[in-house]
Amino acid sequence: MVDTTLARHHPDGAHTWLKRQSRWSVFEIAFWLATLLPFFLFPTYLTLASQIAIAALFAISVDLILGYAGIVTLGHAMFFGLGAYSAGLISVHGWGEPLTGLAFAAAFAGLVGFIVSFLIVRVQHLALIMITLGLGLLTYELANALTWLTGGTDGLRGIRTWPIFNQFRFDLWGYTAYSYALAVLFLGFLASRRIVNSSFGLALRGIRENVRRMPAIGSDHRRHLQTIYTISAAIAGIAGALLAQTTNVVALDALSFNRSADVVVMLILGGTGRLYGAILGSIIFLVARDQLAGVNPQYWYFWIGLLLMFVVLFMPKGILGGLARLVVRREP
Amino acid sequence: MFARFAALVTLGFGLAWSAQAGAQDTVKIGVILPYSGPFADAANQLQAGIDLYMAKHGDTVAGKKIEIIRKDTGGPAPDVAQRLAQELVVRDGVDILAGFALTPEALGAAPVSAEAKKLMVVMNAATSIVTEQSPYIVRTSVTIPQVNTAFGQWAYEVAGVRQAYTLVADYGPGHDAEKSFSKGFTDAGGTILGSDRTPVANPDFSAFVQRVKDASPEAVYIFVPGGAQPAAIGKALVDRGLAPPATKIFAQGELTHPEALESMGATAKGIITTFHYTLERDDPLNNEYVEAYRAANNGRSPDLFSIGGYDGMHLIYEVLKKTDGSTDGDALVEAAKGMAWQSPRGPMSIDPETRDVVQTVYIREVQEVDGKLQNVIIHSIPEVKDPLHGQPK
Amino acid sequence: MLANIAIVLFDGFAFGMLLFVLSVGLSVTLGLMNFINLAHGAFGMLGGYVTVLTMRQLGFPFLLALPAAFLGAALMSIALERTLFRRLYRAGELNQVLFTIGVVFVATAAATWFFGTVQQVIIVPTWLRGSVDVLGLPLTAYRIFLIVVALIITALLVFGIERTRLGAQIRAAVDNQRVAQGLGLDVERVFGVTFALGSGLAGLGGGLAIEIVGLDPSFGFHYLVYVLIVVSVGGLGSISGSFFGAALIGIVDVAGKYFVPEIGSFLIYLLLVAILFVRPLGLFGKR
Repeated sequence: MVDTTLARHHPDGAHTWLKRQSRWSVFEIAFWLATLLPFFLFPTYLTLASQIAIAALFAISVDLILGYAGIVTLGHAMFFGLGAYSAGLISVHGWGEPLTGLAFAAAFAGLVGFIVSFLIVRVQHLALIMITLGLGLLTYELANALTWLTGGTDGLRGIRTWPIFNQFRFDLWGYTAYSYALAVLFLGFLASRRIVNSSFGLALRGIRENVRRMPAIGSDHRRHLQTIYTISAAIAGIAGALLAQTTNVVALDALSFNRSADVVVMLILGGTGRLYGAILGSIIFLVARDQLAGVNPQYWYFWIGLLLMFVVLFMPKGILGGLARLVVRREP
Repeated sequence: MFARFAALVTLGFGLAWSAQAGAQDTVKIGVILPYSGPFADAANQLQAGIDLYMAKHGDTVAGKKIEIIRKDTGGPAPDVAQRLAQELVVRDGVDILAGFALTPEALGAAPVSAEAKKLMVVMNAATSIVTEQSPYIVRTSVTIPQVNTAFGQWAYEVAGVRQAYTLVADYGPGHDAEKSFSKGFTDAGGTILGSDRTPVANPDFSAFVQRVKDASPEAVYIFVPGGAQPAAIGKALVDRGLAPPATKIFAQGELTHPEALESMGATAKGIITTFHYTLERDDPLNNEYVEAYRAANNGRSPDLFSIGGYDGMHLIYEVLKKTDGSTDGDALVEAAKGMAWQSPRGPMSIDPETRDVVQTVYIREVQEVDGKLQNVIIHSIPEVKDPLHGQPK
Repeated sequence: MLANIAIVLFDGFAFGMLLFVLSVGLSVTLGLMNFINLAHGAFGMLGGYVTVLTMRQLGFPFLLALPAAFLGAALMSIALERTLFRRLYRAGELNQVLFTIGVVFVATAAATWFFGTVQQVIIVPTWLRGSVDVLGLPLTAYRIFLIVVALIITALLVFGIERTRLGAQIRAAVDNQRVAQGLGLDVERVFGVTFALGSGLAGLGGGLAIEIVGLDPSFGFHYLVYVLIVVSVGGLGSISGSFFGAALIGIVDVAGKYFVPEIGSFLIYLLLVAILFVRPLGLFGKR
């Protein structure tokens, strides 16, 4: 894609290119400052903002594997849900401290992701999509069957998340929820940014572009793919845990096919392989959904459908891709 | 893009603010339902019940204008339901939360009602525990143990069935139904020959029906969610010859709603169901209700969701009258406790202790009346309470 | 006991045949053009609504409503292919996914708008109700009908692919698109025709499905998963693959629920993962 061609043509080689990539641009700083605006401008939208931040983190986790490593998935809600249930379950069993809850969820989702990755790296194309979908649906059915553990369709009851640092309790307005979700999103983003701008990230892009050539230049692509898949699963687990902790509810929908499909839609909408595309896509999708559903709760998805079709026809690289093209055109 | 987002949000903010200015003489009701997604039909029927009540009784109560704000959850989504409840309270300044077709969504929103001290009227979600989640919850629909425990007992004592097989959808309400029917039935002396659970997203019932047939029970008890499944399972049963009088079919009322009866045809005759609302019950109040409902909805008949919404609105109107328009959550919930009225479904009341619905349970049999298949009431059990409340868990 | 097994196999096979009719079109179009059409189920939904409308409003008999469903879905797909879908053949697969999901959203909303959220009911003729005694086994009439329809369709498709000019063109285009194009074959036109046929079959499947699984606006999404499973298990671009894949899925689903109902809902997904792990191209996939 654009980035790798840049690297190829850059005279100083990959390392300088990586360094350049990891420098912060004005746009980025402005963007993260703007994420603080809801506190001042839209204080009644903080709960929505926190759920957007959670969706964005989830979309970033999918971008890591889909956008950077070319693993298309229709079952990533599996890890989101596993994270949500593990955070919820330790809270139900008496430990509601949020940060350790996140860590536990990340570890568990990451572990399952690592196990699953052995399967994932062996298949490609449609088989890959369908195996992720199959595993996602299996997890969903499993959670439904283990009603004694998960509460089944009614959802997990009795989650009590303690105040963060024993100071900030989750309030009705969502101040704490948004601050917490935003902070975790930012950290997750930082980590992902580091990963994709490392030589490991570059190797992943190489795999995405041409799997067969990578072993030839001495890169063990299966291990790379397994690593990024595990990381992605852990981040998705953190996103799920955030949702469980900020709402104190977890139900089967955390694992559903719809959630898997929605996150991919948000990501493609924003633009893949850019991290910011994941965030922007989540913002646009969820804000549009909220606004349209507010106006017309029954038919809002008609307009969402038109939006998706419109974006594909006129911004084939996603909204962020379209914007980037405009910017590049203006700066020769 | 961000500027547009900001513009949109500011717009919404401005609207909310201007609406708040007129808050003195309006009562805002936030209705949270799955208007889109797989449960859209339930939401629509429930909303139609709300609309019918308001069309009939005007939109002014105790000198205040009633304003409905509808919010879509898009599926079973407790996290979304909770966020919507929060937003309705903090942004739109609603006085009452209502709707809740699905149990997980009611459970998701319950903490908001408790924290914000807002009356929350559950118009459908039928799991017992729902009302225990917040002291401000009142339910106007039904609970599954309420209609099924008494039914199990009736099946043994009156219908004279000694052994039965249960076949329920594999999710919360299905498990509840299986438990309560079996309890009523076995406590009375009956035997359960076997019980199977069908996946909720089940496209084909043939395998399960064949299992029931192999066990050749005297009767089979069925619980499936409304929508596509009643007709599908009904047809699967009768196509395989599992039909009355050879095998009795017992079910909760969804199985024989009008659309399902139409597609099952004459083979549905003799199916016995238990329910709190019977469309065909001949009663002036009900006849008027059904007629008005059909007129307003293109000839579609009301169902359990419609009556839940209709009675939910009735409860809201009456408690507002009692509090003289005050929207204080505590006052409203106090006013609701013990309230009793005549509904199109029959006499009903709100249990002052549990804030749950108390009503007549009807046992109906599908019969042909004037060439049309109908649910004919063959037995009614008055003033049934949910048997699970107050029991040790 | 043997009789029971026979009945269960029969039921599963019939259900598989329903899935076959619903999904064979997608398999061929995916194999032919690599066009990921997640809106395939929406064409099935359209066919279902055409069936309901023609039967209820126009008084068509069931057997006439089914061809109408085929035609309705095929015509709609031609219109969409001409105006929208053909712009996407060269777009990436992700864009195809996003676009066709958009189409499903729009179709679902449109169906809700026109027909409401209510379950649609059709009354099938009496000879399709109840069960028929075949060799001492009580088999449901409607399922026998399903199998007969699916077998006729399979025969027509196989004959069409093997013996007709269009069939030869399709085979050539599936085997090697570039060479076919180089030899002067108008691949896009071949694809347009195949797409219409495939969508028409989905429409027919939608009409047939109402009696077994019902019909409401969520049909397009709901059966997408099943359709994708059949297509991937059978293998892309293969009619026999779709046939055996669908039969296998149907039989395993029904037999699994019959013999081990505790894990009945898992079985189909386990099978999916296992088959694709061993044979990533599906049972009959060529590439």
